[in-house]
Amino acid sequence: MEYFLQNVVNALQWGSFYAVVSIGYSMVYGVLMLFNFAHGDIFMVGTYIGFGIATLLLAMFSAILPPWVIFLLVVVITMCLASLVGVFVEYVGYRPLRGAPRASAAITGLMIGIIFETGNLIILGAQRFSFPALIESVSYNIGGVYFTNVKVLIIVASLILMAALHTFIQKTKWGMAMRAMSYDFLAVPLMGVSINVIAPLTFAIGAGLASVAGVLYGQAYPVLDPYMGIALGWKAFVAAILGGRGSIMGAALAGYLLGFIEIFVAMVFPSTFRDLIAYSIILVILTFRPRGFFGMAHSTRLRL
Amino acid sequence: MKKLVSAVAIACIVVLCFSTSAMSQRQKTIKVGINAPMTGDIPKVGEGSKYAAEMWLEDVTAAGGIEVGGVKYPVELIVEDNESKAESAVTANTKMITQDDVLIIIGPQSSKQAVPAGDVANNYETPMISPWSTNPATTADRPFVFRGCFLDPFQGPVLANFITEEFGFTKAAVLYDVASDYPKGLAEFFKAAWEEKHGEGSVVAYESFTTKDTDFSSQLTKIIRSGAEVLFTPQYYNEVALIVNQAKDLGWDKPIVGSDSWGSAETVELCGEACYGSFFSTHYAAAGAQGATKEFIDRYNEKYGYVPDDVAALTWDSLGLAQAAIEGAGELTGDIKKDRRAVRDALAKVENFEGITGNMTFTEEGDPQKCAVIVKISDTGAYEFYKSICP
Repeated sequence: MEYFLQNVVNALQWGSFYAVVSIGYSMVYGVLMLFNFAHGDIFMVGTYIGFGIATLLLAMFSAILPPWVIFLLVVVITMCLASLVGVFVEYVGYRPLRGAPRASAAITGLMIGIIFETGNLIILGAQRFSFPALIESVSYNIGGVYFTNVKVLIIVASLILMAALHTFIQKTKWGMAMRAMSYDFLAVPLMGVSINVIAPLTFAIGAGLASVAGVLYGQAYPVLDPYMGIALGWKAFVAAILGGRGSIMGAALAGYLLGFIEIFVAMVFPSTFRDLIAYSIILVILTFRPRGFFGMAHSTRLRL
Repeated sequence: MKKLVSAVAIACIVVLCFSTSAMSQRQKTIKVGINAPMTGDIPKVGEGSKYAAEMWLEDVTAAGGIEVGGVKYPVELIVEDNESKAESAVTANTKMITQDDVLIIIGPQSSKQAVPAGDVANNYETPMISPWSTNPATTADRPFVFRGCFLDPFQGPVLANFITEEFGFTKAAVLYDVASDYPKGLAEFFKAAWEEKHGEGSVVAYESFTTKDTDFSSQLTKIIRSGAEVLFTPQYYNEVALIVNQAKDLGWDKPIVGSDSWGSAETVELCGEACYGSFFSTHYAAAGAQGATKEFIDRYNEKYGYVPDDVAALTWDSLGLAQAAIEGAGELTGDIKKDRRAVRDALAKVENFEGITGNMTFTEEGDPQKCAVIVKISDTGAYEFYKSICP
C-alpha cells in the first residue's frame, strides 16, 4: 500500500511539470491555432533565468531575507523576465508569419528552439549548472511514504498556478478576449480586440508559467542543461494533444495523467519498457478519442 | 542570372578551398585528430580531453616536434566535436580520416561514441586510441583500435568483489541507462559477477531508464522496496547528481557505488553532500598522487584552475602512447596509408609504457592491462584513494 502511495506522490510531482508546461502549448493553440514548438526551450530559458535570479538574490539577500521570501521573489522576477522572452518569440518568430501556412510557423518554433539551445551553449559554455536550493529540503516519512517539503511545494504551487490561470481566463476581460479570440480570430478583431495584443499576452502567460515550472523543476532536478527542454517539451506537447487541443483544463489533467502513466508503468513492468508501454497506452487513448479528452470537434469552431 | 553567376562563383571558391587544403596535406606535418564531446551531455569530458591535448601539444612544440627517423615533424591538432552522439562521432572520424588526413586519432571518450567510431577507424585502417572507453566492443576484432584504460569485464567484477569484501552485502540493486553502451555494458558485467558470487537472483532490482530522463522516482521506489543493500549506478556525472539526491529523498540510506564515469570533477559539484561517502572505481586518484602524475596534476591545475579528472589524465597518456608509436614507426614516407599502418604496428609493440595512470602493455586486442583504483568521496567532497585492485 505504501508502495502504491509512494508512487502516487512521485507521479503527482512528475505530472505537475507536464501539466504546467502543456498548458502553454494549449493556450497558444487556442488563440493562434498553431503549436509553439519552441515552448520546451522557452521552459529551458525560463529555468536558466530562474537560476540566474536565484544565484543573484541568494548572494545579495540570503543573510537578510527568509528563504521563502527569496523563493517568491525568484518566482515573480523570473516569471516577468520569461514573459518578455515569450513576447519576443511571438514578435520575432510568429508575427511575421501570421498569414503564412501553418507548417512554416511550426518550423519557426523548432528553429527558435535550436537557436535558444545553441545560443545558451555559446553564452554560458558547456558546463552544467546546479540550481541552488532555495528551500532547504526536509524529508518526511509518513507511514512508509517518503516525501520532501520540495515535493509538496511543487504540487501545491502547480495547482495554485493552474487555478490562478483558470480564474484569469474565466473572470477577467483579458481572459474573455482570449476566449473570444480562440472562438473566431477573424471576427473578434473587428470588435476592437487586436490579435497583436492577445497573441503576445498568450505567449507571455505561457512562458511565465513555463518559467515557474522551470524554477520548481530546478528545485527537484537541480542539474541544468541547454537541452533539458526538449524531452519535457515533447511530452508536454503529447499531454496538450491528449487533453484536447486548446483546452487548458484538459492539458492540465492530461499532464497529470501522463505523469501517472509513466510512473505506474515503471512500477508494474520492467522499467526498460516504460516509455514504450506508456506511449502505446496514449496511442490507444487517442485512437478512441482522437480529439483528446476535452477537444471540441472542429466543425463546432467557426473558423475551420 | 546574377544569382546564378554568384552561386557558381561561391561554388568555385568552396571547391578551391577544399582542393588547396587537400594539396597542403603533402607538406610534412603530423596531424593528430581529437574526437571529443565538446558539446552535448558530457561537455566537461570534452573540455578535459582538449586541455590535456593542448598541454601535450605545448610540450611537443617546445621540443620542436616529433622526431621520426631523424627528422623532426611539426604537429598539428585537429579537434572535432562529436556532440556526445554516436552518429556525430562517426562523422567526425570519417572527416578527420578522409579530409584532414590525420595520422592517428585520439578519442572518442565514451563507449557510446567509441564503439561505432572505432569501426570507421578500423575500416579506413587508421590507428585510434580511445582513452576512456571501457566497453570491450570498442577494440574487439579491430586491429587498428586501441584504448588507454581498463575494460568493463574487469571493472564489473572488481566492484562486485569490492562491495562484497568491504560491506559483506549479498543483495544489490542496479540502476542504469539502457540507451547508452557504457552503462548498459557495465551493468551487465556487474550483474553477472554479482550473481556468480551470490547466486541467481541476488541482484534484486535491475532497473533502467533512457538518456535525458531526470525523474527516477519510480525506479528508485522499486529499488528501495526490493530490499537491496547497495545501489550500483554506472552513470555519468549529470545523472549521478539526480539519482543520488532523489534516492536520499525517497529514504535510501544505504551505500551507493559508482564506476569510472563518476570520476569527473563535476560529480561532487553537482551532487553536493548527498554523494559524500560514496565509492567508485576509477583509473587514477588525484589526491595523494606522486611523481609524473603529480607533476601533470599541478601543471593542469595551474593552467586551467581545477584538478584534472581521469579523462584528462587518460587522454594525456593516450597522446603519450601515440607519440611513442609515431616515434617508433621508423620513418614517415608521406604516403598517409602506409604511415598509418606503420604507426599501428609500432603501437601494438609498445611495451611497459610508463603513463601517469599506470604502466601499459597492449594485449592482442589492443587493451592495456592496468590496475583499477577505488576512490571514496570524502566528507569534504574530495576524491580519496581507498584501494588499488590489480588484475
